Amino acid sequence: MRGRNKSNRGCAAFGAGLASLGPAAAWAEMRVNLPEGVTPISHEVYDLHMLILAICAAIGVLLFAVMFYSIYAHRRSKGAVAVQFHEHALVEVLWTVVPFVILVAMAVPATKSMIALHDTGEADVTVKVTGYQWKWQYEYLEDGIKFVSNLKTPSEQIYDGAAKGENYLLEVDNPLVLPVNKKVRFLITAADVLHAWWVPEFGWKQDATPGFVNEGWARIEKPGTYRGQCTELCGRGHGFMPIVVEARSEAEYAEWVEERKQERAAAEAASAETFTMEQLMEEGAKVYNASCAACHQAKGEGVPGAFPAIAGSATAKGPVGAHMNIVLNGRPNTAMMPFGGQLDDLHIAAVVTYERNAFGNGVGDRVQPADVKAARGR
Amino acid sequence: MSGQPHSYYLPEPSPWPFIGSFGLFFTLGGLALLVNDISGAPYVMGFGFVVLLVMLFGWFGTVIREGESGRYSEQVDRSFRWGMAWFIFSEIMFFAGFFGVLFYARMYSVPWLGGLGEKLSTHTLLWPGFEAVWPLLTLPSADGYTEALEPMGAWGLPAINTLILLSSGVTVTAAHWGLVHANRRQLIVGLALTVAAGILFVVLQGVEYIHAYRELGLKLTSGIYGSTFFMLTGFHGFHVTLGVIMLAVILFRAMAGHFTPDSHFAFEAVAWYWHFVDVVWLLLFVFVYWL
Amino acid sequence: MTHATMTHAAHDEHPTWLRRWVFTTNHKDIGTLYLVFAALMFVFAGSQAMAFRLELFAPGIQFIDPLAFNQFVTIHGLVMVFGAVMPAFAGLANWLIPMMIGAPDMALPRINNWGFWILPFAASLLLLSIVVPGTPEAGWTMYPPLSIVGSSGKVQLGGDLLIFAVHLLGMSSILGAINIIVTILNMRAPGMSLMKLPMFCWAWLITAFLLIAAMPVLAGGVTMLLTDRHFGTSFFDAAGGGDPVLFQHIFWFFGHPEVYIIILPAFGIISHIVPAFSRKPLFGYASMIYALVGIAFLSFIVWAHHMYTTGMPLAGNLFFMYATMLIAVPTGVKIFNWVSTMWKGSLSFEAPMLCALAFIMIFTVGGFTGMMLAMAPADYQYHDTYFVVSHFHYTMGISAIYAIVGAIYFWLPKWSGRLYDERLARIQFWISIVAVNVTFFPQFFLGLAGMPRRIPDYALQFADFNMLSSLGAWVFGSAQLLFLYIVLKTVFAGRRTAEARVWDGATGLEWTLPSPAPYHSFATPPVVH
Repeated sequence: MRGRNKSNRGCAAFGAGLASLGPAAAWAEMRVNLPEGVTPISHEVYDLHMLILAICAAIGVLLFAVMFYSIYAHRRSKGAVAVQFHEHALVEVLWTVVPFVILVAMAVPATKSMIALHDTGEADVTVKVTGYQWKWQYEYLEDGIKFVSNLKTPSEQIYDGAAKGENYLLEVDNPLVLPVNKKVRFLITAADVLHAWWVPEFGWKQDATPGFVNEGWARIEKPGTYRGQCTELCGRGHGFMPIVVEARSEAEYAEWVEERKQERAAAEAASAETFTMEQLMEEGAKVYNASCAACHQAKGEGVPGAFPAIAGSATAKGPVGAHMNIVLNGRPNTAMMPFGGQLDDLHIAAVVTYERNAFGNGVGDRVQPADVKAARGR
Repeated sequence: MSGQPHSYYLPEPSPWPFIGSFGLFFTLGGLALLVNDISGAPYVMGFGFVVLLVMLFGWFGTVIREGESGRYSEQVDRSFRWGMAWFIFSEIMFFAGFFGVLFYARMYSVPWLGGLGEKLSTHTLLWPGFEAVWPLLTLPSADGYTEALEPMGAWGLPAINTLILLSSGVTVTAAHWGLVHANRRQLIVGLALTVAAGILFVVLQGVEYIHAYRELGLKLTSGIYGSTFFMLTGFHGFHVTLGVIMLAVILFRAMAGHFTPDSHFAFEAVAWYWHFVDVVWLLLFVFVYWL
Repeated sequence: MTHATMTHAAHDEHPTWLRRWVFTTNHKDIGTLYLVFAALMFVFAGSQAMAFRLELFAPGIQFIDPLAFNQFVTIHGLVMVFGAVMPAFAGLANWLIPMMIGAPDMALPRINNWGFWILPFAASLLLLSIVVPGTPEAGWTMYPPLSIVGSSGKVQLGGDLLIFAVHLLGMSSILGAINIIVTILNMRAPGMSLMKLPMFCWAWLITAFLLIAAMPVLAGGVTMLLTDRHFGTSFFDAAGGGDPVLFQHIFWFFGHPEVYIIILPAFGIISHIVPAFSRKPLFGYASMIYALVGIAFLSFIVWAHHMYTTGMPLAGNLFFMYATMLIAVPTGVKIFNWVSTMWKGSLSFEAPMLCALAFIMIFTVGGFTGMMLAMAPADYQYHDTYFVVSHFHYTMGISAIYAIVGAIYFWLPKWSGRLYDERLARIQFWISIVAVNVTFFPQFFLGLAGMPRRIPDYALQFADFNMLSSLGAWVFGSAQLLFLYIVLKTVFAGRRTAEARVWDGATGLEWTLPSPAPYHSFATPPVVH
């Protein structure tokens, strides 16, 4: 939203001509150019983009001016007689050499920006970003904070059962919180297939390749919320794994880090506690909707041929140990990934309990965090 | 463009191209079923393969009859030569792709997993214990793979095979001299020796594969070293086998009195192919076995 | 007996039914088969585009499940590239090359027919993959690991059918290319030196070389995909020492020449149409050839510009950026030459010329956006967005369509001895040129505004342009049905013409033959001075 006013003005005339096609509210949001962004790199990329666009536009205007002049002035219906020339050494050399010189001139700023993009050293904060089908996991390597970020848009909105919210498909449960004015280094990888991590306001995207780490960096200049999406085809949920970055002042960021650390300590303590069925079911529903519903669907009905149903499934109604094992360690040669690394003991206990009792499964048993802890040991 | 385009041979409509396409469909469709363990797959594939064989006999038979009856002009001969040359070029590019993969693995992917250059974090974060060496025996993660115990050496069977294949290049050239100088005996003996060398090569490759699987633990599933080793040598061995079959056909035709000193395109085409297979082996020997 | 078929009459006897259309060895019949096949595939893949534009008409999922959406996009790309555009150009090559170089037929007529007949079978494998488990969903680029495990995490039959379909398509292309290259090198009429060769033949000579060099590499690449899927190799798996990005290198080593394979024949066509309707020789014939050769050479050293964001080292990104930028020079030369050909000509604007002008403009827009994409740092923003989708549709999608449509209007009277309906053709042209820009130009804005490609649903700020784009697509799609109608009407009910030189400005050997052209084009080779 910030920094896009200038480009908006440029297209106001074009927009006005088409405004009848859509609701006015949406047009206020519409953008037709790259964002100038909020990092030094994004400004460089934006300037490079505008420069090459201007050069192309200038050449295009010249070229088409000549072409349309010919179309107008040298048409047969006006009685034009063809002049039978078919080569001209000077112009041919010129239009080979001049573009070459322009290219060399363009290569200079492009090379500079390219080098800057690769300069990921001396970072203040390092975040490991892991792409999963279909969510992102963030891990703050210095502070030991780790969480999964899921799409928050409810499926009723996607399937037109409810009005779409302001940030439809661009909202997550746990945004990536980052400090402003610090150099943040991203170590980007994937757990299953290729993904790509892109926040347009940062000026770059980087592919997430399983087994390899690619790097990127950002020094965010302004606090705010910046939204992006996965940009490498990664399967059914490719359009449904957005990225939300909340940039906060250094003090607020430090506060947030402290809260996360306390939360983690609390979660560890919770492993020893015992929970009631209601507590587990309530927590389990949350975890299920965030982590499982993308494949197994909101009502546990699954997708025939692709993802098995939870409702009435042999696993959910079978022995609890095997059920827990699949959630913790995944199922080889299927899309069922291990959740042991993403969810803590309480969350796993809650979601297994939920799956066993919701969707009409009604097995009746409960799983406690301590059971999960024990199962992890095995 | 001298030639005699007036007498350019335009073949009659022929069923073989369609039959060949039909056979390919069932062969490859059957193979797709086969790798997915779908029952009946071998029959589908077998049917396609038989159709393909019938097509090859029919088509080549037609061409041989046309050639032997002297219906081909010099220009047609030139078309065949160009055609064969470009076909071999496509084969060269096929192997170039696999060599590219070998070089990528050796120069980039394996060193990167070991932390080379900009990929330091790949090593420290994901594969901290991994050491980048070639031949790669200890994998980043052996999960789902079988690690090899030892790499394949260059100076045993592979070196002998190199000698065999190089000698076969000499014998096929000797056969050609025989043909050009109307010495039918030299032609037949030269070809027979070449076929024998080719068969011996394929047999020794088989022995080497058994050695790799049994003693070295080197398998197709031994990570990128095993993958590139078996893929490159396997496709080469497949081409040698095809070459041997082609040479054998030429041998039988020579024994049946085909070819004249100035018209023997089929012989030359097969000889070119054989030299191509030979050169690929030399590169394999250097980059897969030796260095 | 065979010599007897080489008679000189325009309506000489030819085989019928099975022997004519299935067992054929005639370049014109095979050309027709290619073109009919291409039209069918174009309608199929086009319908898929209409369907997913329907899903993209408004935010939310209304018609197509996200997984099916990815499958639609995948099959659309594969069928358009391998089933529609490439066979269409192969069909034109078959029809035109012997007539242009003064030959009776192609050099290897049976190989020629094999090259065609593999196609329907390859397409059958490809289309069968839609109805079996594991329909390809990883895009026409087939990047692993998604092309191995898919969304379901399972290796299934569909992916293997695709792999073998690609093998067959590659084989068909190589056979076709060998035939074309041999024909051009060996079948030219006396006196036609290479530097007198018509531009369409030059373009196809280079294209055929690219095909023979690039296709086997793709075949190797998908073979490795197959062994990674089923036989435990680890080419594309880091755990075994491989690299998923390695497949992208292989794919684009094929894929970048592939885009020139698609567009070079179009360059050739435009180099015939523009001079004919300018009534002036082509400007800079020699430099056109050097530009073609330059583009072909560069096409083999620029592949990784499709992969700037895959984490290549800095040096790699820089090398591929510089090499890619160089392509602008020979491409620019070609465009400047066309415009100079028009300069001080005597221009008229029949349908083929309209298509050629549309081609020049559309391709130039594609070229300029290509320049922008070549800038590696800027590509860190553009990559995998609708900016790219629009770019490659301008560069090798709709520009190829305009070249093909223009070529058919231009040469169809020669082939069939009948004239198309000029008024209807112009109506079709204006509808489709407006619609196609309404479809694709907004996609540039969508991409810059941040809409990733290959998503079935999108954020609200992308809604209006998507709606516009969908409307444009439906009009454009319908307009192509009108084009097919015009062609059928011409062939079966068009006004007859017996004139050899149908267009007063047209030059070249094909215009010395009677209309319709005789079954065996040149029974006696003409002498070229």
